[in-house]
Amino acid sequence: MASAERQPDRGATAAGQAPGIAVDNLTVGYNGRPAVVDVSLELSSGSICALVGMNGSGKSTLFKALMGFLQPSRGRIRIAGCDLRQARRRQLVAYVPQSEQVDWDFPIRVWDVVMMGRYGSMGPLRWPSADDRRQVQRALERVDLWDLRERQIGSLSGGQRKRAFLARALAQGGQVLLLDEPFSGVDIGTERLIIDLLIERRDQGATVLLATHDLESVPSFCDRVVLINRTVLAYGDTSEVFTQANLLRTFTLAAPPAPNS
Amino acid sequence: MELLLAPLELVFMQRALAIGVVVAVVCAVLSCFMTLKGWALMGDAVSHAVLPGVVIAYALGLPFALGAFVFGVGSVGVIGVIKQHTRVKEDTVIGLVFTGFFALGLVLISKIRSSVDLTHILFGNLLGITDADLVQTVVISLVCLVLLLVLRRDLLLFCFDPSHARSIGLNTGALHYLLLTLVSLTAVAGLQTVGIILVVAMLVTPGATAYLLTDRFDRMTILAVLSAVSATVLGIYASYWLDASTAGCIVVVQTLQFLLVMVLAPRHGLLARRRL
Repeated sequence: MASAERQPDRGATAAGQAPGIAVDNLTVGYNGRPAVVDVSLELSSGSICALVGMNGSGKSTLFKALMGFLQPSRGRIRIAGCDLRQARRRQLVAYVPQSEQVDWDFPIRVWDVVMMGRYGSMGPLRWPSADDRRQVQRALERVDLWDLRERQIGSLSGGQRKRAFLARALAQGGQVLLLDEPFSGVDIGTERLIIDLLIERRDQGATVLLATHDLESVPSFCDRVVLINRTVLAYGDTSEVFTQANLLRTFTLAAPPAPNS
Repeated sequence: MELLLAPLELVFMQRALAIGVVVAVVCAVLSCFMTLKGWALMGDAVSHAVLPGVVIAYALGLPFALGAFVFGVGSVGVIGVIKQHTRVKEDTVIGLVFTGFFALGLVLISKIRSSVDLTHILFGNLLGITDADLVQTVVISLVCLVLLLVLRRDLLLFCFDPSHARSIGLNTGALHYLLLTLVSLTAVAGLQTVGIILVVAMLVTPGATAYLLTDRFDRMTILAVLSAVSATVLGIYASYWLDASTAGCIVVVQTLQFLLVMVLAPRHGLLARRRL
C-alpha cells in the first residue's frame, strides 16, 4: 500500500534523482480540441517555477494534465520518474485550488479540510492514525491556523482560507506542489507566509509550480519561469526569461486588445 | 397517552412505524450528500426513472432493487449521452429523460397488470406493506446504510473537492456511480413508505433542514436522521388520526420542520440573519 512510502521528500530516494516534473511534447485539450500544444518542460526537484500567461492561455489545462485529469492526445508526463497513476497512488502531487472552485458553505472544519490531505495515505475507512493527526497539527501550526482549527472553513478570511488549503497540501507531503493563483485575494502577511513556505519546501527538495498573475513577486522567489500561450513561449531561469519583452509577447500575442489583469 | 399508545397495538401500525423509521434513516443520511452535492434534481430524476425497472422486475419475479438499479443508473447514462451530443442544456435533458422513463413505467404498469398496484407505487403503501416487501426494503436499506457509513469520508471529500479526491488517487468515477446507485436503491426503499412521487422529499428535505442547523457534517447527519425519523413517526400518527394519506402526512411534516428551522435556526435562520 501507499503507506509504505509516506515520506518521499528529501530528494535522496531513487525517484528523487528524476526531475520533479518532466513534460515531453505534450498536446492536450477537451473533446479533441487541443488547448495546449507541444509543451515540453523539465523542472528539477528543489526548484520553484512560475507559470505565467493570460486567462485562457492553457495554465489550468496544463495543471489538469499534470494531475492526470485529461488524457493527452500526444506526449508524455512523468512526475519524479513515475507515470501519473503511480504518482497519484504515492501522493506525489499536492494541488492547491483556486478559491473560486471551493464551496465555502460546506459544513466542514479547517481541521477536516487539512485531514483530507492525509486520506490517500490512510486505509480504506480513512481512520486517522496518530501520525496523521501529528502531520495535520504540524501543517496547521506551520500556516498559523492551529487556533482556528475548529472553525467552519467559510468563516475564515481570504488569506486564512488559502493557508488552510496550503496546509492540506503540506499534510499530504507531496513532492510536487501545484498552486493555482495562490496570491489572489490574500493579505500581504499571508503572501509573505506562502512565499516563505514555498521556499522552505523547495529547500527540502520539492518541486513547486504556481500559476500566478502576481508578476511583481515572481522574481523575488521563483527560480524559473514558464511563459505560456497555448504553447511555451519562453522557459528558463527567471533572470533570463522574465523580461519586459517576453512579458509583452506573452500578454499581447494573438490576444484581444484588453487582456484581463 | 392513550392517543399515542392505542395505535401501537395494531400490527399494521407497528410495521408501518418500524419500516418507516428504517427507510427514514437511510434516506436522511443520503440526503446530506444530496444537498451538499447539489443533486436534488438528479435525485428527483433518478427516483422517477426507476419506475419502469420496478415494474419489469415485478413482472419477471426479480428483486425490484435490480430493476431499479438498471433503470436508475441507466437514466443517468442516457442524460449524460444526450447532454454530450446535443446542444440542449442539462436541466432540460434531465426533465425530459426522467419524465420519459416515468411515462414508460406508467404504460408498462397499465399493460402488465399483475399484482402491481399503481397507486401503491406512486404514493406508497406503508399501512399495507407485505412480508416480502418488508424483507426487501429492510435488506436494501441496511446495505445502503452500511455503504454510506463505511464510505462517508470518501463521499464527503468527493462532494467537497472532487479534484483533490482524484489527485490523491480516489476513484471519483466509481464514487459518482456509487452515489447514483444508492439513490436508485433508496428510491426503491422509499417507494414503500412515501411512493415514487414523494421519495425525492425524503432524499432532500432532511439534509436541507439539518444543513441550516450546523456547520459540522457529523452533526448534520445526526440532525437529518432525527428530523426524518421524527417526521415519519409524526406523519404516520397524523395519517392515523386524520385518516389522511400517509405519504402526504410524512412529507408535510418534513416540510413544516424545514420551514420552522428556516425561520428559527440559531445561526443560519432568517431571524438570526436579521439580527446580524
